[in-house]
Amino acid sequence: MSAANAELKQTSKTSLYEFHKNSGAKLVNFAGYEMPIQYQDGIIQEHTHTRNSIGIFDVSHMGQLKIECSSSIFPYLEKIIPLDFSSIENNQSKYSFLLNDKGGIEDDLIVTKVDTGIKIVLNAACKDNDAKIIKDSIGEGFTAVLRDDLSLIAIQGPKAVDAMEKIFKDISKLNFMFGNYFEYNKKKIFITRSGYTGEDGFEVSIKNEDVQELTQDIMRVSDAKLIGLGARDSLRLEAGLCLYGHDINTNTTPVEGALSWAIPKTKKEKGGFLGDKIILDQIKNKPKKIRVGIKPEGKIIAREGTRIFSKDQKEIGHVTSGGFGPSVNGPIAMGYVDYEQSKEGTKVILKVRENMVHGVVSKLPFYKKNYVKN
Amino acid sequence: MIEKKYSKKHEWLEVNGNIATVGITVHAAAQLGDIVFAEVPAVGKSFKKDEAAAVVESVKAASDVYSPLTGDIKESNQAIVSDPSLVNKDPENSGWFFKITIKDQNELKDLMKKSDYEKYATENPN
Repeated sequence: MSAANAELKQTSKTSLYEFHKNSGAKLVNFAGYEMPIQYQDGIIQEHTHTRNSIGIFDVSHMGQLKIECSSSIFPYLEKIIPLDFSSIENNQSKYSFLLNDKGGIEDDLIVTKVDTGIKIVLNAACKDNDAKIIKDSIGEGFTAVLRDDLSLIAIQGPKAVDAMEKIFKDISKLNFMFGNYFEYNKKKIFITRSGYTGEDGFEVSIKNEDVQELTQDIMRVSDAKLIGLGARDSLRLEAGLCLYGHDINTNTTPVEGALSWAIPKTKKEKGGFLGDKIILDQIKNKPKKIRVGIKPEGKIIAREGTRIFSKDQKEIGHVTSGGFGPSVNGPIAMGYVDYEQSKEGTKVILKVRENMVHGVVSKLPFYKKNYVKN
Repeated sequence: MIEKKYSKKHEWLEVNGNIATVGITVHAAAQLGDIVFAEVPAVGKSFKKDEAAAVVESVKAASDVYSPLTGDIKESNQAIVSDPSLVNKDPENSGWFFKITIKDQNELKDLMKKSDYEKYATENPN
């Protein structure tokens, strides 16, 4: 969709819209939704609170696609999503992508296999197009529905598990990247142990009419605070996680995006998905450019679009995400550089305004995560 | 007490003889949010009225700080360079950016007094 069309389309609101407003949110248009960028505490406080305690994120703008199906659908899905669906356990989640025929990423997503089929969480800006691609691929035999009756909240941070255990018995037994059904207001809701902040946490898929009550329940049993998209961005950047449309897009492959770890071994060997020739060739012969972490020296922030040069002044790439990392207490960035210049420790120069800022190719994540395995 | 003057670009200035101290307004600092970086001009550098003279960055974005007057930099505030959050805590006092000589007193006429600026800021939030 072009930007002009996006503006013509009326902005949508999540079920927590009024709650955000009453909680002092500053709202911005994000992917066609009026979303909280921050609350009164501000982005740094919200970021730190999530790292030290517990934060609640409204991510209901994201798409929740449910496909009712049996395993007979797997060959169709595996054409566009490079996973080995039969080897995924029941209630297990996997990070993957929707690919195009050039091996480019149409969207990144989380797939969860459940008894009744497949659940997929998609980015807000891409969800309608994603649903179309998926429906076209699986054909008429299966029903795929974007569930706009469901909200999605993420509960993140070291205290998330204790708070959630008070409401959902035995939820602490869930392993990272696994989900299960729990009961709330006598209704079955689906919760996964996952998130996009680099912290332990949960994502709760719940009926629109129940989401505010649950949010308030969590705030009652813990010192959880509402956290806006501003802190979500700095948290995921510190965790080295990609923001679709910035760090990855339709012109970058999973190999270039340094995400080939998400493609299972069987698929890396045999292919069988859209763009497999290009992707397998890049795995074997290395891509021309690749996503890396970059730590600028000093305090100057190298934001998206900043040009990256080698020590000998040759332009080698550009920054795709850059900002201030509150837990790192300094500027951090991710970007694409020539493969030859991508080794950890390689010195680079970032041109920020008139400044030539020294930086170094750094290991991701910038901030060490604490995921749980029981 | 010296009365402050305000620019349409959300800078304040305080005139003391032929030198003006310049910073960003309380309103501007609040709009920017958490400030994490400040770059101030070198002493001796000259600026024209409305020319970008300093940089302030919040978590969200980078913004220029414009010189509301034509003149030469006499002093710049290193305290905000080492602790940029000072600009949030005390924008119209210890969070000042630079001191500049006043070459043309007439340029002061284009600036607003506090009450006019406050009205302007509510109508032009950014």
